[in-house]
Amino acid sequence: MDTHFAQRRRRDLIVAACLAAIAALVPLFVKDVYVENIMVLTLMYAALSQSWNILSGYCGQISLGHALYFGLGAYTTALLFTKFGVLPWFGMLAGGAISAVIAMALGYPCFRLRGHYFVIATIVIAEIALLLIQNWDWAGAALGIDIPVRGDSWLKFQFTRSKLPYFYFALALACIAWLVTWWLEDSKWGYWWRAVKDNPDAAESLGVVVFNSKMGAAAVSAFLVAVGGSFYAQFVSYIDPESVMGFQFSLLMALPAVLGGIGTLWGPVLGAVILIPLTELTRSFVGGSGRGVDLIVYGALIVAISLALPKGLVSVFSMLSGRKEAAR
Amino acid sequence: MTAETIIQSLASGLLMGLLYGLIAAGLALIFGLMDVVNFAHGEFLMIAMYVTFFLFAFFAIDPLLAAPLVAAALFVFGAVVYLLVVRFAMRAKANAGMVQIFSTFGLAIVMRGLAQFFFTPDYRSVTNSWVGGKTISIGGIYLPEPQLIGAMLSIAAFVALYFFINRTDFGRALEATREDAGAVALVGIDKNRVFALGWGLGAALVGLAGAIMAIFFYIYPDVGASFALIAYVTVALGGFGSVFGAFAGGIIVGLVEATTALILPPSLKSVGIYAVYLLVVFIRPRGLFGSM
Repeated sequence: MDTHFAQRRRRDLIVAACLAAIAALVPLFVKDVYVENIMVLTLMYAALSQSWNILSGYCGQISLGHALYFGLGAYTTALLFTKFGVLPWFGMLAGGAISAVIAMALGYPCFRLRGHYFVIATIVIAEIALLLIQNWDWAGAALGIDIPVRGDSWLKFQFTRSKLPYFYFALALACIAWLVTWWLEDSKWGYWWRAVKDNPDAAESLGVVVFNSKMGAAAVSAFLVAVGGSFYAQFVSYIDPESVMGFQFSLLMALPAVLGGIGTLWGPVLGAVILIPLTELTRSFVGGSGRGVDLIVYGALIVAISLALPKGLVSVFSMLSGRKEAAR
Repeated sequence: MTAETIIQSLASGLLMGLLYGLIAAGLALIFGLMDVVNFAHGEFLMIAMYVTFFLFAFFAIDPLLAAPLVAAALFVFGAVVYLLVVRFAMRAKANAGMVQIFSTFGLAIVMRGLAQFFFTPDYRSVTNSWVGGKTISIGGIYLPEPQLIGAMLSIAAFVALYFFINRTDFGRALEATREDAGAVALVGIDKNRVFALGWGLGAALVGLAGAIMAIFFYIYPDVGASFALIAYVTVALGGFGSVFGAFAGGIIVGLVEATTALILPPSLKSVGIYAVYLLVVFIRPRGLFGSM
């Protein structure tokens, strides 16, 4: 059993390396700006969803308020850069650190809540933060922050002429989020989380430090999501509260994992690769008139997949490989 | 700030709170019955408001007269949603909680899209209804008539609900099913029928609220979102599943909102509601009236 698991993990790592290499080569053949933009967003959501999955999937604490950490990352980077001239790279680390600390501070009271009480608490906390930022004049209030253009460079992490550097950063971020998850899966944390998710009371009685393991998951998850937020701020170079901290981000982060397979290594990647291009394409082809067809397609897809494949799209793959193994 | 302004805003807060209670009643009923949070609840409210609007625009039926019709329409709608979507979500063997959350969330997004498609994103309003825009003065305190009627309707609906749950066969079947869905099957009660009727009843309650809301609130495809979160907080404050907890929760939410608006800028008035929610669940993790 153990060797089988080790084999699977090695295979996962090889597959991931191949996919990353292929993804890295794609821009050599695709020069279309619109397609590049969709690829950047797809990679970003894969990274975000992978990070969300650590807390909500592996540890089972369903958060619908992760927009808070995304927004914190974006705002920390943008404010440090525009007000104090701090380079975005430091802003990114600062945003990640602040988010991790806040996630633990909020986790302290919240992790005592169960089920729907917890989910609603996460929504409500993100909503309070959104309202506060909307009313915080120093941070641009509802108007937001325009990140001034200071010339293209990796040092300032700003690129106006080509989106390619953003693509490679997003790819790196997605790879890091995947690797962190891969590594955590086989660490003691990974086992603790699964125990906490399946049965917190039993886990507690077997000596799993339930509370601390939830706090750990929250910190890692928030840190990575905040880095994604910092990246997004640089990528779009203009942020306002609704566009980085709105509830839709919490949802958009959760959906790839939910559709792909929550609490699985490949679910978020698979979900993002299908969902994000589909959303962007329906939006530009049928949704342009503001008639809501994109919403109908999107919503129907969510209903259909969550009802037909409660374990997500990855379950189709494991069904197929299961059949192969049974035939062997 | 004079004593008069305080009383004035607390009075309007109380009226609004009773209406919040009515909006949340259906959510609490459905949760209590089958442990499902309907994340499309706000969109049920939106549909009810549009039905009211079209009855008024095409048939000149005043929202007050339309309220029973809207409730009936929503009853059918709620039962159909249960039979077409939620029934299948209940069967999920893996990730059950997740499936319920996201299937109703997906439904909410579809409903918003359909509303945009058929009704356009334009803001609509019911103009020149019987009580729209009118106020009544009681002892020097001005109360808006639509909210006052909404508050009275809310109290009436909760009283009716009390008798319905405690005095009718269906009400007893509802209570029995919520206590032990497996056992009721043994005495010949069809669980699915009870659940479908429960969803119908829950939707009918939000239908009543929607008919009143349409009198004094703009109607647009996203209107449900702003009230949905308040409804979740209301239900959770009262303790999930306790229908009468939702009544108390609504009053608290209305009063807190009014008080916050007195102290903080109006754009922050929801912060008070959310803060009180957090405070309550941190102290009592199962809400005010939920069983521990």
